[in-house]
Amino acid sequence: MAEPVLAIRDLRKSFGALKATDGVSIDLYPGEIHALIGPNGAGKSTLIHQICGTLRQDSGQIRLAGQEIGTRTVAERARLGLGRTFQISSLAGEFSALRNVMLAVQAGQGSSFRFFKPVMHDRALTEAAMERLERVGLAARAHVPASELSHGEKRQLEIAIALALDVKAFLLDEPMAGMGPEGSKVLTGFLDRLRQEAPILLVEHDMDAVFALADRISVLVYGRVIATGTVDEIRNDPAVRTAYLGDHA
Amino acid sequence: MKREDAINLVLLLALLATPFIAQAMGETFTVTLVTRITILALAAVGLNIALGLGGLVSFGHAAFFGIGGYAAGILASHAMSGEPMLFGFEGSNQMPVVWLAAAIAAGVVSLAIGAISLRTSGVYFIMITLAFAQMVYYFAISWPAYGGEDGLSIVLRNAFPGVNTMRPMEFFLVCFGVLLAALIFSALLRSSRFGAALQAVRQNEVRVASIGISPMPIRLTAFVLSAMITAVAGALYADLNRFVSPSMLSWHMSGELIVLIILGGTGRLMAPVAGAALFVVLEFWLGGITERWQFFLGLILLATVLFARGGVIGLLAGKERHG
Repeated sequence: MAEPVLAIRDLRKSFGALKATDGVSIDLYPGEIHALIGPNGAGKSTLIHQICGTLRQDSGQIRLAGQEIGTRTVAERARLGLGRTFQISSLAGEFSALRNVMLAVQAGQGSSFRFFKPVMHDRALTEAAMERLERVGLAARAHVPASELSHGEKRQLEIAIALALDVKAFLLDEPMAGMGPEGSKVLTGFLDRLRQEAPILLVEHDMDAVFALADRISVLVYGRVIATGTVDEIRNDPAVRTAYLGDHA
Repeated sequence: MKREDAINLVLLLALLATPFIAQAMGETFTVTLVTRITILALAAVGLNIALGLGGLVSFGHAAFFGIGGYAAGILASHAMSGEPMLFGFEGSNQMPVVWLAAAIAAGVVSLAIGAISLRTSGVYFIMITLAFAQMVYYFAISWPAYGGEDGLSIVLRNAFPGVNTMRPMEFFLVCFGVLLAALIFSALLRSSRFGAALQAVRQNEVRVASIGISPMPIRLTAFVLSAMITAVAGALYADLNRFVSPSMLSWHMSGELIVLIILGGTGRLMAPVAGAALFVVLEFWLGGITERWQFFLGLILLATVLFARGGVIGLLAGKERHG
């Protein structure tokens, strides 16, 4: 198999006596969607925070495209190609959808210290941003403030922002949350195409979406990965059934 | 032309025209009053970059205002006495030199203050900027070389090439020119890449970091630019009064600048001008009626915060729209 794009090795994090992350190792390979599932309190959030840099692990490594990122800041990890999308919050709610994506294009170019040229006249920004909005089907809403977009549209905007950065691996934190069945279906189709841009580590509660999309699934319980495998392997794993899936499977 | 742009233009023209009308009517004092508005507006243009665009509630901008004032006073006093100061430099009574010195001094101090206080946020940031400003205040009080508690007089206003700054009208025009330059800078800044990043950091710091823009350097740069502009206003304020004292450094001054911006409409380009005009007119007019004018100012501020968040500009031009 090819080299993993994102490799997490023996990651550990404790809060007092609680082992929130207890020796987690996960690989994300090119072109795959790797779903991370687990009951509430399993340590999914803690793990995501460590990967993106808002929490520092006690020990263990995180490598992105061969580079160690475990000791870097959030912004540095993002510049190296870690694309994270958020559950609820917009990038800049007061700004239009277009300006949100423009900001991401600007970040991707690494040039925020320009003080005089108006961004709206900067075609390198506006055109690149518009192209991303068209790709996610949000071009018609380009000038609407991000905070006034519908739930589903905010998700689309998040993806457009991720597309504007030179992302090597996506970290999607519950993209289906709060979506109706119809929106969920559209997004599922979209994520299926997104994996061609970069592999996706997907944290998701919506089991239908997970089973439809994931190439592999890791199950996290009490801070440990109790099983990793294909959809069928996970469905039929007795330990997973008792620990988590219950009557879902 | 958008409605806000039209209103901004009218405000600027009114500010420029008032002294001429007053002069023609023989009301020389009004010229000084409008000059005071102009200088306070300039100081607030500085603070508005940190507070309005960056969401950094600095309760210590009096430090930079006062540093500017002392730069003007100290350079002028050395130029007057011929006594050399640092490195044999004999002071200066030329405004461009004074402004440069004020901006550099405030820039260095704000870099240090910012580097420490920007590690905090919210109420802690407010308190730590206040604490630093109070340190500067007490330092000025206890420094006898430049007047200590009594302050420092500037016998003659600093000079500007080709202008008689002792004439109120000409001094006003110098101040107006600087304000105009600062407003143009502020307008360019807010629509630039830096401005976009700064405003986004205010709206969602964590999210901005996650797309690869580090918030700290953005904020620090904004804080320093903000302090430098406020310092130039301080230098002009010292020249206006021909006097600088520690009161320019006191926390009342910091509070006043914040009040100006809130009255004008936090974050709006012309909030400093609208707010300063309203503040000085209230101070003069209400102050003429009652000694307790600040009580009424308080009521107006309360009404603004409760019912008119956008301040004067918000009432006139409506809600702000970002392209």
